[in-house]
Amino acid sequence: MSENLRFLLAKLLFCVIAMGCASQLQAQSKSASQRLVLTGSSTLAPLVGEIARRFESLHPGVRIDVQTGGSSRGIHDVRKGIVAIGMVSRALKPDEADLHAFVVAQDGVSIIVHADNPVRALSREQIADIYSGRITRWNTVGGTNTRITVVNKAEGRSTLELFLDYLQLRNSEIKPHVIIGDNAQGIKTVLGNPQAIGYVSIGAAEFEARRGARVRLLSLDGVEASVENVRQGIFPLSRPLNFVTSGEPHGLARQFIEFASSPQVHDLVRAQYFVPANTD
Amino acid sequence: MILSGRNILFRLILTDKLLISILRVGAMLAALVVLLILIFLVYESWPALSSLSITRFINDVSWHPLENTYNLMPMLSGTVLTSSGALLLAIPLSLASALFIVFYAPLHLATAYKRLIELLSGIPSVVFGFWGLTTLVPLINQWNPPGASLLAGILVLTMMILPTVTLTAYTALAAVPDELLRNAAALGLSRWGVTNGVALPAAKTGIAAGIILAAARALGETMAVLMVAGNVVQYPETLFDPVRTLAANIALETAYAMGDHRAVLFVSGLLLMLLIMVLSGLVELLEQQRHA
Repeated sequence: MSENLRFLLAKLLFCVIAMGCASQLQAQSKSASQRLVLTGSSTLAPLVGEIARRFESLHPGVRIDVQTGGSSRGIHDVRKGIVAIGMVSRALKPDEADLHAFVVAQDGVSIIVHADNPVRALSREQIADIYSGRITRWNTVGGTNTRITVVNKAEGRSTLELFLDYLQLRNSEIKPHVIIGDNAQGIKTVLGNPQAIGYVSIGAAEFEARRGARVRLLSLDGVEASVENVRQGIFPLSRPLNFVTSGEPHGLARQFIEFASSPQVHDLVRAQYFVPANTD
Repeated sequence: MILSGRNILFRLILTDKLLISILRVGAMLAALVVLLILIFLVYESWPALSSLSITRFINDVSWHPLENTYNLMPMLSGTVLTSSGALLLAIPLSLASALFIVFYAPLHLATAYKRLIELLSGIPSVVFGFWGLTTLVPLINQWNPPGASLLAGILVLTMMILPTVTLTAYTALAAVPDELLRNAAALGLSRWGVTNGVALPAAKTGIAAGIILAAARALGETMAVLMVAGNVVQYPETLFDPVRTLAANIALETAYAMGDHRAVLFVSGLLLMLLIMVLSGLVELLEQQRHA
């Protein structure tokens, strides 16, 4: 019994030593390979994670590490030189002109209503009044005499953040009747309720409307809600999703930025309901 | 040819010991899983529990974690209300169904009916949610908008726990010894007299166990309720107001939560766990009182 045990212990020891050697070897090869770290917006992180995985599979030996922490962390880390690329889910402010921005994709949100709803367009003030509970009936804004069902998104979603930013409201000021999770649930909710108003990613809404779902995308400030208008940058409820660098990027960072804005990743961008950046 | 008795006995003892140790390991693993989940929940929610006082989860003005208000009580009430509403509807219906199968229906009808209930228990909860979202919610909306409401949540949950309660009640009723029933019939009791006076009391424990099982399922049900209940964090004033349950809260917000927000979501998981622990404690108490 004790003989057996000793043998087992010896084997275990051997294993541990072998593993230690292997990990050391691995560490050596890792230092020889290239590593790229990105930090910033949690809106961009899932998309960039997917892009990074594809990039890694095309370039063996490259490790790309994507970390979140918000757009401001992306800006901060790039300025301090902690990371090569920051992820920022808004246009750069005037006092950030020292940084270079590269648009990876556009994020657009469309207000949707049921196709039976006669309302065609709403102003920003009307939407803000509806969402904060000051307007409760459709006839106030040119619709039928029915109660409005306000559909809001769950806290933490980027669509909610963009929407609140557009209306200049805080989430606690919104008086919702239904709170939804993903875009599909939002569209289903509006489809099942002719009095509902909601908002979802523009890619998802346009896709469903094209397939014949009875939803209508509302124009905003006279601009029709479409993926094309988001791409042109003229749709008001949209924002660019940027990579930022301090100074002209080179080497691996440059390669990755070029890859992330190339048509090779457009399917990944669309899968996240974002709009691919203008490549021409 | 003669087997030594001692040898057989020895072998039996060995088998027994082996079996016992296997069973012990299995039982320990099962208990360990629950314990680990509890430890994990506490560990993940610790940042929130240590930096925020417990009263914040009760006294904050609302649930807006990104604006640092963390009131969990409306969701606790939502969870309790949907579950108890569903139980209130499901228990009489299920008992009636089970009694129908065991005592009243002709054999072929009883079999068909039981198969149907079994089928109902096999439907995944997402399907119930989807049906609720596309059919039930618009229907309630025509009656009293917005449709996505406490009522919709209760109805969908009822459909989901109905088969659980029915099938366990059926099993308990079918296990009542035939002689009891025959004796009762021989005493001249009516069919209802036999059912109410003999069968139901004899099957009480099994039925109660089924109800507890269903209650636990109702408390933890996530997807179906998330799709139909509206998910607005508030105390409902009528059946037509939307509510959010604790489980739905976790499912809705976890994917995009970070830092404190994430930790607070684990606190709501912990609260849900506590709720279920209280429930099972209650069962234990009932059991003890019955034996005392």
